[in-house]
Amino acid sequence: MTLKLTKNYILENILKDKRMDSRKLDEFREITIETGISSKAEGSAKVTIGKTTVIAGIKMGLADPYPDTPEEGVMTTSAEYLPMGAPEFESGPPREDEIVLGRVVDRAIRESKCIDFKKLCIRPKEKVWMVFVDIFVTDHDGNLVDACGLAAIAALKDAKMPAIKGEDEIDRDHLEGRLPLKGTPISITVRQHGNKYILDATASEEEALDSRLTVGTNEDGTISSLQKGGIEGLTKEQTVEMIKLAQIASKNIRAKHFK
Amino acid sequence: MTKKERPDNRKLDEIRPMKMKAGVIKRADGSAQVEFGLTKVVAAVYGPRQIHPRHQEDATKSVLRCRYNMLPFSVSDRKRQGYDRRSTELAKVITEALEPALFLEEFPKTAIDVDMEIVQADAGTRAAAINAASLAIADAGIPMRDLVTSVAAGRANKELLLDMTKEEEDAEDAVDVPMAMMPRTGKITLLQMDGIVTPQDTEKIICLAEVGCKKIYEAQKKALLEKYGS
Repeated sequence: MTLKLTKNYILENILKDKRMDSRKLDEFREITIETGISSKAEGSAKVTIGKTTVIAGIKMGLADPYPDTPEEGVMTTSAEYLPMGAPEFESGPPREDEIVLGRVVDRAIRESKCIDFKKLCIRPKEKVWMVFVDIFVTDHDGNLVDACGLAAIAALKDAKMPAIKGEDEIDRDHLEGRLPLKGTPISITVRQHGNKYILDATASEEEALDSRLTVGTNEDGTISSLQKGGIEGLTKEQTVEMIKLAQIASKNIRAKHFK
Repeated sequence: MTKKERPDNRKLDEIRPMKMKAGVIKRADGSAQVEFGLTKVVAAVYGPRQIHPRHQEDATKSVLRCRYNMLPFSVSDRKRQGYDRRSTELAKVITEALEPALFLEEFPKTAIDVDMEIVQADAGTRAAAINAASLAIADAGIPMRDLVTSVAAGRANKELLLDMTKEEEDAEDAVDVPMAMMPRTGKITLLQMDGIVTPQDTEKIICLAEVGCKKIYEAQKKALLEKYGS
């Protein structure tokens, strides 16, 4: 819980281009990405952005294809707050925020078409690979969408394909190369207050500035998803500006962490 | 806008035939039915009223609670009943789209409940639901800063389009941008996007949606005048 006094202080300072941790408005906290954190997973990653920590794991399973895409594999993404992550996180069925978090991360990856789902077909109409992307928040200090997005793509890049033996049995002792993946979609969330925009908000900053836009960016300069959040409205001009900022930030992260 | 036509003979920036009617559910405090082509939604509002369960009560404002639900027979393959992840997300973004228009702080400790049921789905259901909900809230006599108006714009088969149908949404290069706004202030209150697109085209699509919202705004006002005018 952030006190109203603190929230006001945060907002006043943002108007003066200042933040509590003396970062610039468009500056990210330090990002670390570590892959291979669970050897049982086909791919895994731990991402920290400042004090925020999330982990993601990829498991591959077999499934029936959807009738409208009989020759394509499928993906399912979930995000969950672990009770250890913050005093307000509780165990139990996923809540609205967690469902939205999972879906926003899912959309940025899916819509960028970075996974070649056609290559995940085993037998058309009968068997396809199913990619499970499970993301967990273990320490919450804000900017969960960006952190979970980075963890998901890092874990996908880390993922290896298990072999198949006999009649549709997964042979995890034999690996057959990597998951068919091209590109690095990155989601960046921009928050707005007055005519100021901030990137990588901390948990207390998030409590003070609810209004946000998450932009799913690709390396070729295109964007493949948008999600506005919070109850304050945005003007068209603000939206365009926020997309621009997200693109610059994602370019820097891509250059530094995904080369 | 070019003269090129679409499967249903609409112009690129033409909205499907709209039908809007306020006051369709008699028991509700406010209600509306909205149709965009084959998409049909009924919305009803109860409140401000006492909130149950009581622990959801907020001493500083009314709590806006939205439900978005697709009826099992509203789509080709029967939709299983119950709340799924998509409905949960849509309920949340719709709540955020409507809330800026309301003076919730005027009704502390109460709830305003909005139920949106999709009767027939042919793309653009969240936009139709927002238009219906906004009309229903006005019909309930709940004070509003403005009507919230919504439409999806996007791209299909290389053309930028307003108010796409399911057929158009299934195009290989489809981009779908559902948007809601309060036309009086120009504030965008819902914005989502799927599909690969350049920032330049994103801006064009947002402008197209804005034009659409303004047309829908007029239709909403007309529906209210039909019930309350004269």
